[in-house]
Amino acid sequence: MNQSFLDVLWLARMQILQGLGMTLLISALAIVVGTFVGVFVGLALTYGATPLRWLARIYTDFIRGTPVLVLILASYYILGTVGVHLDAFQAGVLALAVFCSSHIGEIVRGALQTIHRGQTEAAKAIGLTFSQTFLYVLMPQAARQAMPSWVNTAAEIVKASTLLSVIGVAELLLTNQQIIARTFMSLPFYFSCGFLYFLINFGIERFGKYVERRLAISTN
Amino acid sequence: MGYTLNFAVVWRNFDLLLGGLGLSLGLAFVSIVIGIAIGLFTAFLLNAKRSIAHGAAVVYVAAIRNTPILILILFTYFALPQMGVRLDKLQSFIFTMAIYAGAYLAEVFRGALLGVPKGLREAGLAIGLTELQIKKSITIPIMVRNALPALSSTFISLFKDTSLAATIAVPELTFYARKINNESFRVIETWSVTCLIYVATCVVLAALLRLLERRMAIPR
Amino acid sequence: MTQLLSIKGLHKSYGKTEVLKGVDCDMQQGDVVCIIGSSGSGKTTMLRCINMLEDFDAGTIELDGQTIGYETRGGQRHRRNEREIAQQRALTGMVFQQFNLFPHMTALDNVTLGLVKVKKMERAAAVELAEHWLDRVGLLARKGHYPGQLSGGQQQRVAIARAIAMTPKLMLFDEVTSALDPELVNEVLQVIKDLAREGMTMLLVTHEMRFAYEVATRVIFMNGGRIGEEGDPKKMFHSPTTERLGEFLKSSGFS
Repeated sequence: MNQSFLDVLWLARMQILQGLGMTLLISALAIVVGTFVGVFVGLALTYGATPLRWLARIYTDFIRGTPVLVLILASYYILGTVGVHLDAFQAGVLALAVFCSSHIGEIVRGALQTIHRGQTEAAKAIGLTFSQTFLYVLMPQAARQAMPSWVNTAAEIVKASTLLSVIGVAELLLTNQQIIARTFMSLPFYFSCGFLYFLINFGIERFGKYVERRLAISTN
Repeated sequence: MGYTLNFAVVWRNFDLLLGGLGLSLGLAFVSIVIGIAIGLFTAFLLNAKRSIAHGAAVVYVAAIRNTPILILILFTYFALPQMGVRLDKLQSFIFTMAIYAGAYLAEVFRGALLGVPKGLREAGLAIGLTELQIKKSITIPIMVRNALPALSSTFISLFKDTSLAATIAVPELTFYARKINNESFRVIETWSVTCLIYVATCVVLAALLRLLERRMAIPR
Repeated sequence: MTQLLSIKGLHKSYGKTEVLKGVDCDMQQGDVVCIIGSSGSGKTTMLRCINMLEDFDAGTIELDGQTIGYETRGGQRHRRNEREIAQQRALTGMVFQQFNLFPHMTALDNVTLGLVKVKKMERAAAVELAEHWLDRVGLLARKGHYPGQLSGGQQQRVAIARAIAMTPKLMLFDEVTSALDPELVNEVLQVIKDLAREGMTMLLVTHEMRFAYEVATRVIFMNGGRIGEEGDPKKMFHSPTTERLGEFLKSSGFS
């Protein structure tokens, strides 16, 4: 059958859209959970008592020293067979969320440490408690500081979601590979698949810059 | 379901894992050397006047940075043959990683270039040096020292990314980990040891690179 | 005249270095006390102990009838918990050398934050009070500006408003003009002079000798972690009884 690329693309459009949806779902879940956990890791790294800080440090360094693919494979094999029996999707999202949390932890730590000590002192001087100081003075400033890095990490997660194809999760890349396996049209499909990811990440980058600009206006 | 730890299989195959580690390090090293050359050249183009070459550099960097590496690897190995470029596994992986490294290093070097004080070029001109001499003797040496920390972290990143070579059956560390895992099903042992090898290597690399940075630093 | 502040035997060390070697100080309501001395003499440390930005190792600080920072329970000296210390900090207001305004909030919000969160005032009442003080420091027109849009002198005046809007019993000023360009120093000193004239009890660490001479009811000269000399500025500056004070005054250019 000598169909053209566009014919095949059109016929497979639902499949591809489903793959895209899966990619976005995986990424969103991993980013949300990872950010939530990461904030606590960052807090532990900055303000934690020594044993807690060490724990957070070991966690962060261990995760960051391991390739994402290895994290995914380890999660898939270990958590898929021993104890919890997660399926590929769950194991994959968990691995990505853990990966995300270690990066966010470092980002939050970095952002909190750049805030001038004088801010905490001024807050103390007017009688704010620690949680009040954190909520109203430190966190708003840290969040602005961390925004570009956070957007970067989000883009990294979207790119890393492609690795879930290795454990059989039907996200965008695997979907394209299945089409290629049927039609042997490697060149157009790998290209268009890559281009789609490029568009998504480019969009994330643009969105990040937009948010940065809006936040900057309100502080200056 | 009880799981008793038994590291014997892993120790028996430890030489395979170490061999894989060696290949990973080798791949990372070759990729970064080529990547540095590409990155330097691209960085100068990025900082130059608007022209076709400048535009091409911008597109190159944006495209590679926003595309998942896995897609780049698969594209080079599976899709390029359809354009007539046939590379074996090793060649295609190194090619991909060098292009990938080049795009990231271009940004690193561009930033480092901007960090070289403009006055130095004028001082060079004042003593009669040509632009090329200034680039060679003044700009590039300073720029390289500025870029060393980012270069180090890019190299460590690249080392972790070599794990993706496993997806096209290049016999590096992750490939062998998977092999041992599939043959023995000692999931916890295999993956914990593999993770430890990666983390330990990253720690050692980071320490060595910090030493190098200190050796090359300008005394102050 | 009510006794407001009573410091007895204040000691503090950073590691092996003893910075405060037994300092006593009493202040009545309405006093304006300036602490002068060279760097490292312990003057800023003493100030920061009063609102527990620094812990201290021995001695007592009594402010408005409360024992600051520590209490004796069963013969043992215990540091109070964070909530009690936060409440005690409401007795003082502090203005810093580096202003330390919250950069992500407008001038108005900088002042209302403490009123709403610590004094638990209603937003409308807080805004009214904040605007009153911003007006007093001459910056009502800038209430919607962010710190980044204000000059150093303006920022410091907002900082003063922020501290004083909390109606503290004692105002602490830590070298508040040292980080300002010379032409901006006066606007800040003028605000402080006005507050002094209206009876605000103040303790200032300062290098501004002329200001101390003109405004202070008492000057303390700190030297090597101890009080070197203390008294009426007019008498002290013209006839210092200790040699160190004489040298210090000369090197500060005060004749």
